[in-house]
Amino acid sequence: MNIKSAAIAAGAVMGMPVLAAGAAELNLICSADVVICEKLVTEFEAGHSDINVNMVRLSSGEAYAKIRAEGRNPQTDLWWGGTGDPHLQAAADELTSVYESPMLAELQDWAVEQANVSGNRTVGVYSGALGWGYNTQIFEQKGLEAPACWADLLNEGLKGEIQIADPNSSGTAYTTLATLVQLMGEDEAFEYLKGLNANVAQYTKSGSAPVKAAARGETGLGIVFMHDAVSQSVEGFPIAVVAPCEGTGYEVGSMSLIEGAQNPDEAKVFYDWVLTADAQNLMPEAGSFQIPSNKAAKVSDKVPDISQIKLIDYDFAEYGSADRRKELLARWDAEIGGRAAE
Amino acid sequence: MNADNRRLDWILGGAILALLILPWYRIRAGFFSFDWLGDFFAEPDLWPGLFQALIGRWQLWPIILLTAAALYLRLRAPSGAGRGRAMVWIGALGLIWLAVEGLSVGTRGWNWGLLEASFGEVDGQPAFGAGAVVLSLFFTCLISFGAAERGALKGDAFVLTSIALLILLVGAFVFYPILSIFTGAFQDFDGSFTTEGVRRNIADPKIWSLGCLTGGACGVAWRTFFLAICTATATTLLGLAFALVATRTRFPFKKSLRLLTVLPIITPPFVVGLALIMLLGRQGTLTQAIYSVTGIELGRWIYGLTGIWLAQVLSFTPISFLVLIGVVEGVSPSMEEASQTLRAGRWRTFRKVSLPLMAPGLANAFLIGFIESMADFGNPLVLGGSGGVLSTEIFFSVVGAQNDPSRAAVLAAVLLFFTLSAFIAQRVWLSGRSFATVGGKGDGGTHAQLPARVAWPVIGVVSAWSLFTVIVYAMILFGGFVKLWGLDHTLTLEHYVRAFGVTFEGGFRWTGVAWNSFWTTMTIALIAAPLTAAVGLLTGWLISRQTFPGKTVFEFVLMMSFAIPGTVIGISYIMAFNLPPIQMTGTALILIVCFVFRNMPVGVRGSVAAMAQLDGSLDEASLTLGAGSGRTLRRVILPLLRPAIMAALVYSFVRAITSISAVIFLVSAKYNMATAYIVGLVENGQYGVAIAYSSVLILVMITVIGGFQMLVGERRLRRRPVPPAAKEATV
Repeated sequence: MNIKSAAIAAGAVMGMPVLAAGAAELNLICSADVVICEKLVTEFEAGHSDINVNMVRLSSGEAYAKIRAEGRNPQTDLWWGGTGDPHLQAAADELTSVYESPMLAELQDWAVEQANVSGNRTVGVYSGALGWGYNTQIFEQKGLEAPACWADLLNEGLKGEIQIADPNSSGTAYTTLATLVQLMGEDEAFEYLKGLNANVAQYTKSGSAPVKAAARGETGLGIVFMHDAVSQSVEGFPIAVVAPCEGTGYEVGSMSLIEGAQNPDEAKVFYDWVLTADAQNLMPEAGSFQIPSNKAAKVSDKVPDISQIKLIDYDFAEYGSADRRKELLARWDAEIGGRAAE
Repeated sequence: MNADNRRLDWILGGAILALLILPWYRIRAGFFSFDWLGDFFAEPDLWPGLFQALIGRWQLWPIILLTAAALYLRLRAPSGAGRGRAMVWIGALGLIWLAVEGLSVGTRGWNWGLLEASFGEVDGQPAFGAGAVVLSLFFTCLISFGAAERGALKGDAFVLTSIALLILLVGAFVFYPILSIFTGAFQDFDGSFTTEGVRRNIADPKIWSLGCLTGGACGVAWRTFFLAICTATATTLLGLAFALVATRTRFPFKKSLRLLTVLPIITPPFVVGLALIMLLGRQGTLTQAIYSVTGIELGRWIYGLTGIWLAQVLSFTPISFLVLIGVVEGVSPSMEEASQTLRAGRWRTFRKVSLPLMAPGLANAFLIGFIESMADFGNPLVLGGSGGVLSTEIFFSVVGAQNDPSRAAVLAAVLLFFTLSAFIAQRVWLSGRSFATVGGKGDGGTHAQLPARVAWPVIGVVSAWSLFTVIVYAMILFGGFVKLWGLDHTLTLEHYVRAFGVTFEGGFRWTGVAWNSFWTTMTIALIAAPLTAAVGLLTGWLISRQTFPGKTVFEFVLMMSFAIPGTVIGISYIMAFNLPPIQMTGTALILIVCFVFRNMPVGVRGSVAAMAQLDGSLDEASLTLGAGSGRTLRRVILPLLRPAIMAALVYSFVRAITSISAVIFLVSAKYNMATAYIVGLVENGQYGVAIAYSSVLILVMITVIGGFQMLVGERRLRRRPVPPAAKEATV
């Protein structure tokens, strides 16, 4: 009886990884919209029947936290998407591994630059500029003027109508913070954010959630990457997309291989595949309107034309570094505090 | 050869085989894939314990020596008290050494800077594998067999082994994780000791500020506390109203009122919050209706504490109803009749006799509401606004870009302090008071009807609230069938197709996005349910049928694990089981273990209650006829406990499907659970698919519970089935 129960208990303790056996595996963290994540996985598996992809969607902040927490014992092989800063930070922490893809030659300069900055620990997969989307119905109802510049967002009529993500959990919001600091200077940027705080109804967790709330009319305006706003208006919501007149920052959505991954070979197959023009052409189909990093990829006509947008010279090296990031976040916590004026 | 030696032979054989054959360390691809057999000789990490020791892992020598000592005792010493004492010592030393070496030496050498300074460099080691697990079971059995030889508990080895194994499991899967939260708080990223994080967080005004009393903002601890008090008050009052209506009025729909009690068990926890947004959000149906009729703009009031409160009251009122209905029914009518005979009016009787007799039930319902609200994670996540409550703050301090484990630990300690105090208060309050009014004397008669001045308001409140609940649930079902909630209300099956589509082109394929997490959830729930029931039943049997020293402490500790909020469990599991000695993150096993130890107390309660109905003379008869206690349990007690077993099975199955707070930390790319997946959908604003998925889950659970009801329903003639202890739902 005892040996039997011991055997059963031992079996119960060790038996579960059984489910793990089988074809080659790839554990993927996807930090973009869940629809494109699923689309990529489905298409990849259709073309590579020997590789089984396990995908989990995490915002880029969560993904970085998870990869860092697992640093001594990684459970993830590849991290696709999400703003470049946490990818650069992971590269600086040497949590991600060096890989020079044969696809690099086909990529846009900004995507290759991302690889150069990180010592080939990460690479750009798409890019998008920061802006906002506002709900035209609500603005009409309230008789508000369309805000065209950062300064317009301080308008008192917008009280309680703005949503933006919490930079502690969202890469989008951190890019906004860093953009404002580079655009205005640090102290002025925090003055501005304090003013903005009076109008902010809620700091959300996920970066694209604000414009989704705006689309549904739960809020008036969401500060997000413009491609996130575009996908809402393409879906039929009354959302208008704005590029701020003073200039704006942008993200280089990135991809990194995890150092010490369990399935590095499969991860490289996905890595190379997702950089091809064919794979990147899937993005508009899935409602993702970023600028693709492969030069040969078709750019959808709905993608905001980056040549018409005033872009700042975003310093990815400085604002992607851990110390600067920690400093800015600590100051944001202390002065803005994630507390909306409710 | 006597029984003492025979069972000792078995475990010794197992231990020696494990040391010689089974890989000592964990195998990444999984033990039962048996891929490791191919590389067994080439790869030193796969070697069994003895060979690991021979190639320089000196930390394993004590284990081998202790096993050899046990072997020597078996061969040279006669069984008896002396050998028993030695065996207990060997077992205890073995377990202690396993824990010490496992915790000190990690994947990259010493885990703590201090040890490296004192002992020099050491090679890293992977996590415990098959060999180490068998050896720890061996040492545990050695302790219990030794105790049996010394004559403890009449030398009943089965009972002693059960107790020892349960203590080992609870220690490893409840206490070790909780402890590791607190060590994590004091450990730096690279493993050195630091108090900086704790000092920074423990006095943080964002946690403790009482500014809201003077017009500012309050700390998250106090906000959670106030919220819990408000929720508990409201759910207790509403629950009482429901219980009174169900038992003491001529309200026509009493039967359907009881259906409400099933709701909290089958509802995924954030669904109510979601439905509230669709109903009362700024663009919600009700908000818009009010606007078009009266022109009043309600705005965004639902986001924040008010909204969370409303969602929690909706979710937890049925639980409080379930607790109170028994109490309200239990008040003996003869007391009330006596009061009326003494010329008290109905109102006076109600106020002076009935209500005071319900006091313990009310306190119980209040405390349960308090604990539920404190531990709630789903509703605050969906409705939280920017402020958040303790459970969500813990979540974000781990997954947010701050990644501050010491903050999580401090917040978890605060939350644990609140819930454990409530739990202990409940225990203290309920013991030491007697409100028994159901005595052996026949008390005929029925309960007095409520006095009219109470009855009408109570019926009004109950009807309104029931209507609200029905609307909320109708919303949940309806939301899955409209194209875009709040914008385009064309009916569509699109969301169901997206979530649960299948295709027959090129062979049958599950194309829906939900299938993956759906099957994982079902598999894990199906594996966890029998294990939960088994562990719960065994524990229940020990508690109600055996006497052993420290039994009250044992019982209290087991029940206490229920008061630990899911978020705390989740975070403690990733902190404890991500690194050696026990490494389970990213596997299905961690989810199963988490469910088993979280839901076990329900099984315990169920089986204790059921066993109280079985006369002890049955066991005695079996024991007198020469069966051992194991055989008695298997052949006599278990068959009589069928309804309780079924209830425990169904309950743990359903709980495994609906829980979110612990699960959200433990899911991985490969093993994603339905609730975690739905939360992701909600975050992304894909309400349609989220609602469709939730509706399917609710249907699955109704089917399971309904099937179970039909199965045990037939037994009702002879014996009342034990209702699942639903008052513990959704912590």
